[in-house]
Amino acid sequence: MTFELFVFYLFSAVTLFSAVGVVTMRNPVYSALFLILAFFSSAATWVLLEAEFLGVVLVLVYVGAVMVLFLFVIMMLDIQIDTLKEGFIRYLPVGLLVAVAVAAEMILVMKSKAFDRPIPEAAPLSANNTEALGEILYTEYVLPFEIAAVILVVAIIAAITLTLRRRKGVKKQDQSQQVKTKKSDRLRIVKMKSEERS
Amino acid sequence: MIPLSHFLIVGALLFSISVAGIFLNRKNMIVLLMCIELMLLAVNLNFIAFSHYLGDMAGQVFVFFILTVAAAEAAIGLAILVTVFRNRRTINVQELDEMKG
Repeated sequence: MTFELFVFYLFSAVTLFSAVGVVTMRNPVYSALFLILAFFSSAATWVLLEAEFLGVVLVLVYVGAVMVLFLFVIMMLDIQIDTLKEGFIRYLPVGLLVAVAVAAEMILVMKSKAFDRPIPEAAPLSANNTEALGEILYTEYVLPFEIAAVILVVAIIAAITLTLRRRKGVKKQDQSQQVKTKKSDRLRIVKMKSEERS
Repeated sequence: MIPLSHFLIVGALLFSISVAGIFLNRKNMIVLLMCIELMLLAVNLNFIAFSHYLGDMAGQVFVFFILTVAAAEAAIGLAILVTVFRNRRTINVQELDEMKG
């Protein structure tokens, strides 16, 4: 067994183990932590596949941003764990059956000759994955890249508008209301007769 | 050296674990979202493996876009989750049946 194969088996085993942990843990916080472990170890697998940039991005974006968001939401919400886990045993046979069927079918397909690719030679040490990806991303895939930017903006706006809450009865300035005020709203001219001098 | 099918089998196992997770955790919306993230991870692994063994960078570009969309999806999903919890005081999926479809 070469060192490469050993690394592959190690990180794949950790990935699969932590995936099982995500699914079976009782507490969502533990699930999220296991998911972080799964992301870390599959980032290592991606580096093994010479996709260094994406491996780093997976750690930075997923572990650094998305999972922190998950943990933040889990800890912010006041969840009763017990009621959420009931039915776990009841659905266990069905879930296992479906999972085993899906896995068996896919593995049977993947054993076929079509996936018997020759193993590519290792890239030289001077090869720069980030540069190669950037070159193709900014030339051939420029339009999808810009659309991805638009998607991110839409996601930001959607997340903010969904969670924005206007409370009633809070005293604060409303500038547009202030600017729109007319004279007639504030000023009332009362006509009255002058009183006679006594 | 590692043949391509090894990576594909890991991807397949990861995917089926997350399918089982969707069956088992059908009450907890947060864990459902996490299972979807795991599925996307399995798909990404397949893309990168094929990209490496076919010598084509397009697979990695696709993974890049999947990561972008998945981050957006997680942000919006969690925002919906927070809104649901604020209105209903629960994230149990089976209690969210107001729309009687």
